[in-house]
Amino acid sequence: METSFLIEKGILILVIWGITMLIALYSTFGERVVAAYFQDRRGPNRAGPGGLLQPLADGVKMFTKEDFIPNTPNKWLFIFGPALFMTTALLTSSVLPWGDKLNIFGYEVSLFVADINVAILFILGVISIGVYGIMIGGWASNNKFALLGAVRASSQMISYEVAMGLSIIALLMLSGTLSVREIAAQQGGDFLGISGMKWNIFYQPLGFLIFLVCAFAETNRTPFDLPECEAELIGGYHTEYSSMKLGFFLFAEYISMFISSAIIATLYFGGYNYPGVNWVADHIGPNIATILGVVVLFAKIIFFIFFYMWVRWTLPRFRYDQLMNLGWKILIPLAIANIIITGTAILLLN
Amino acid sequence: MTFYIFLFLAALAVFCGLMTVTSRNPVHSVIFLIGCFFAIAGHYLLLNAQFLAVVHIIVYAGAIMVLFLFTLMMMNLNEASEGHKPALARISAVVSAGLLLFILIAALKKTEPFAPPLTIDHSIGLVKALGNTLLNEYLLPFEFVSILLLSSMVGAVLIAKRDKSPKPELE
Repeated sequence: METSFLIEKGILILVIWGITMLIALYSTFGERVVAAYFQDRRGPNRAGPGGLLQPLADGVKMFTKEDFIPNTPNKWLFIFGPALFMTTALLTSSVLPWGDKLNIFGYEVSLFVADINVAILFILGVISIGVYGIMIGGWASNNKFALLGAVRASSQMISYEVAMGLSIIALLMLSGTLSVREIAAQQGGDFLGISGMKWNIFYQPLGFLIFLVCAFAETNRTPFDLPECEAELIGGYHTEYSSMKLGFFLFAEYISMFISSAIIATLYFGGYNYPGVNWVADHIGPNIATILGVVVLFAKIIFFIFFYMWVRWTLPRFRYDQLMNLGWKILIPLAIANIIITGTAILLLN
Repeated sequence: MTFYIFLFLAALAVFCGLMTVTSRNPVHSVIFLIGCFFAIAGHYLLLNAQFLAVVHIIVYAGAIMVLFLFTLMMMNLNEASEGHKPALARISAVVSAGLLLFILIAALKKTEPFAPPLTIDHSIGLVKALGNTLLNEYLLPFEFVSILLLSSMVGAVLIAKRDKSPKPELE
């Protein structure tokens, strides 16, 4: 374990953490601006130029509110819930590739934190652990509505995990690897003669659609935002939370939105690859090509974050039984059919 | 370094295991059991079995324990609702646990000290090696296990399905 290796990875972790936080922070602002645009009003525009300081004002408000802990026998678990939820939301970013190799004064830096052999499984594992933060928090609140909201949220997440895993299996059959870095690198190949366009979306359109729907359900976003329902459940699992603990729950939603956008962009939309990546590397320089790749990746991520918001202000929400029917009776059979189609296609074409 | 990580994980596993048994609140027990699973997954990682570690987390911590937690939370068990166990049940529990400990100690005493193989294959726990072994050498047992899982799944659905036929009169 060399020191330079540790320093390199440490800096990368800090940078990725910072970017995640920044993007999540400005997603809260972006959400309100997008909502305002869709509803033909102005949105937040008072704090700072164009309302740009609004997220900071919101953060200060959250921190300075009274931190109320309800009369519960499980005080530690009540605190542990949001902390765990936040941790699991941040964990996935460690296995995602944020770019190709960067050459700094002869020292080669790979823009990912950990290239583990089973990265896809790691992502699925972290997603399945994400349920605990909500469940523990909701249960420790000692409140019927919080418990019901937690049960609703976690049963929704468990149900859609299955279809999500099945849709990834078809992708794995194509790529033949469990490492996200290799999946991203493979998509740099040629497609119809254009380099850097061998994106998985062209080979797995159905799988992508299933994955996208499941990602919406996993992040508890509209049209699947049923854990929070004023008429039935008050605030859902975070009914009893206040101050920054509530802030953690709300903020972690934006972080998981960012992370799931990054996963979608990496798995299906070529990650850091863009058309003509080889030409840029040959004619302008590999470092420029890599930096451009990072910029392109973040552009894709921000597009998907916008897509989340677009859907939120366009589609009405589902009813709970419709949600369960969609998950178990439509998406899972579709995902299995997708696996069979992919397998047949691989057999016939090779 | 690895040795200290091992010590830490082992202590964590034992501590969580003890707390699982001694916690009065069943939900706390489940949470400590999840902690124990994580410690054991850490041991798998130390042994370079990445696949086993991650699958252990997904299957046990991510699926089975969530269902445990679900059931316990919905039942809302706590110290007050814990029934008083008769003395006979307590004594039999202690005796059976003691017997299990006795058997474990006897079995461990009999084992030979573990000699590590001279050449260690570092890729043995990785997905590729595991997949090749499973689908080449152990294909038949692998298929049998999948059929067993499928049939148990169908059975669970059948049990959970609402009975449409009118119920027979109970005496």
